[in-house]
Amino acid sequence: MNIVVCVKQVPDTATERKLRSDDKTLDRDAADGVVNELDEYAVEEALRLKEAHGGEVTVLTMGPDKASDTIRKALAMGADKAVHLVDDALHGSDALGTSYALAQTLKKIGFDLVVLGSESTDARTGVLAAMLAERLNVPQLTFANKVEVNGSAIAIQRVTDYGYDKVEASLPAVVSVVEKINEPRYPSFKGIMAAKKKPVEKLGVADAEIDTSQVGLANSWSEVADFSAAPPRAAGTIVKDEGDGGVKAADFLASKKFV
Amino acid sequence: MSEVLVLVEHVEGQIKKVTLELLTLARRLGTPSAVWAGPGYSAEAKARLAEYGAEKIYVADSADIADYVVAPKAELLAQLVSSASPAAVLVAATAEAKEIAGRLAIKIDSGVLTDAVGIGEGLVADQSIFGGGVNVQSRVTKGTPIFAVRPNATPVEAAAGAGAEEQVTVAVSDAAKVAKVVDRVKEEKGARPELTEAAIVVSGGRGVGSAENFSIIEKLADSLGAAVGASRAATDAGWYPHQFQVGQTGKTVSPQLYIAAGISGAIQHRAGMQTAKTIVAINKDPEAPIFELADYGVVGDLNQVVPQLTDEIAKRK
Ligand SMILES: Cc1cc2nc3c(=O)[nH]c(=O)nc-3n(C[C@H](O)[C@H](O)[C@H](O)COP(=O)(O)OP(=O)(O)OC[C@H]3O[C@@H](n4cnc5c(N)ncnc54)[C@H](O)[C@@H]3O)c2cc1C
Ligand SMILES: Nc1ncnc2c1ncn2[C@@H]1O[C@H](COP(=O)(O)O)[C@@H](O)[C@H]1O
Repeated sequence: MNIVVCVKQVPDTATERKLRSDDKTLDRDAADGVVNELDEYAVEEALRLKEAHGGEVTVLTMGPDKASDTIRKALAMGADKAVHLVDDALHGSDALGTSYALAQTLKKIGFDLVVLGSESTDARTGVLAAMLAERLNVPQLTFANKVEVNGSAIAIQRVTDYGYDKVEASLPAVVSVVEKINEPRYPSFKGIMAAKKKPVEKLGVADAEIDTSQVGLANSWSEVADFSAAPPRAAGTIVKDEGDGGVKAADFLASKKFV
Repeated sequence: MSEVLVLVEHVEGQIKKVTLELLTLARRLGTPSAVWAGPGYSAEAKARLAEYGAEKIYVADSADIADYVVAPKAELLAQLVSSASPAAVLVAATAEAKEIAGRLAIKIDSGVLTDAVGIGEGLVADQSIFGGGVNVQSRVTKGTPIFAVRPNATPVEAAAGAGAEEQVTVAVSDAAKVAKVVDRVKEEKGARPELTEAAIVVSGGRGVGSAENFSIIEKLADSLGAAVGASRAATDAGWYPHQFQVGQTGKTVSPQLYIAAGISGAIQHRAGMQTAKTIVAINKDPEAPIFELADYGVVGDLNQVVPQLTDEIAKRK
């Protein structure tokens, strides 16, 4: 099975995240880049499927040069090879542009199964997997907390507000995973060393047959008009429990008309 | 005024509160038209949508629409966008509705903005990003703007609309019938409101100490008609089911009131709750970062404070 796992580099939540004042896009230099956490679950699921059914796992990332760190991490976990879509023309692409660029690349490199995280910690749109399914015209199997492949048949449990839906389809397909579908492995020392020798193919927009009128900041379908730091919350009242903390909290709730 | 399409969120025929919020919002942007997708439509549903301002109700209630993942609903909306030429399409910022919005955006070649907390003049959307740290105003620059709006962002106001019903037949394409829902499994949930929709959320963290002890969090929640949430430390420990996790890798909530008990307030937790209107924290550590956010904080043992608070609320009812 030819599995491609889409991995995104995101700014570390634990550092200060900012937008650039010039073009109002994410300031990728301001914060340390880390692998989007849910994508580690995607890589893990891809590796498990490969271990169970054979095949190959390719990491696909779109992002600036420094996103190669993210590729190395996925390779160190055990992925076989990587494709890095990197081109200045892609800077500032919104979800539509990103999904288009990734879909073009996926068509180019081929796949039986595409695995994504269900959401990134920076954009948090949670729409990319659905968009890829739409663009690639393959089944959408998203928000999976369980994935089963049997020959060309694939079934998932799709997490819902009330529990889950059982969904069935056949390959090729796009899957997105939720946290707790598995426990991502830590790269071993051997894995880290091996990752250095694994092939990473860099593709530009021309290589992936990406029409540049569909990508980049200027061609996005939406724009950030303005932004500002959220005003800090006003300092609250903090009391020490002297045996009446619950009563005091109830007084506060009553003063705010919650009780 | 142009129509504004509002995709109705419903579970077993019951309309969710967020739909009434979207109808309220849509009235400011144009003429609200509700779109009902899937089975369960009824006279009560119609009355409720009209009560909150739906001038038109498009009804596409064939089973086909709900039997396949997302794609048929996107096709339905695309069809309505082309026939009604609306000024905008509003959906709730739930996991599934965002996916519908995403696929619709591609079908109609339009921009989509997710997790809007407001939509103003000129269809400019307010978004709160980076876990509530930055406020952004953004707009769609191509096509018919599509917005996924967060629950609890708009106070609901009733205002009667005509509720003129229009049956819609969608011939769901074969391409949209490739991911089939073969079973819907309901996990026990009880009578509590849904986490992302709830006006009040009571969350417990590592400080709760055990799965059994989560009952004190549940009792407080029930005394307030609230939903229960949990920190990742609590869900990781298996004390509370994962779907109730609040934070960066869990749900984002913006309730009127958020009560955090035994939660330190790590940045990844704050990312999911700091847009709550009022925050109350109960923690035995006076240095816990959650107190920086709290409108009201009690430094104390939650095993004492929480049950006392629950009793006190019961007394005052
Ligand atoms: C990539 C990533 C993603 C993450 N995503 C999330 C997420 O989505 N949601 C999330 O919540 N976390 C997330 N985390 C984890 C987060 O960093 C914290 O570890 C977690 O939120 C801590 O949970 P907690 O506050 O319950 O536990 P702790 O930080 O251990 O805090 C427990 C608190 O309880 C207090 N306490 C203990 N006993 C009592 C008592 N008897 N009475 C009163 N107070 C008591 C303690 O003083 C302490 O402040 C993520 C982390 C990473 C790295
Ligand atoms: N630039 C990118 N390169 C590769 N994968 C991406 C990229 N952006 C998003 N993804 C994938 O899409 C998922 C959802 O991202 P988002 O829609 O931004 O919340 C992520 O978890 C990744 O798997």
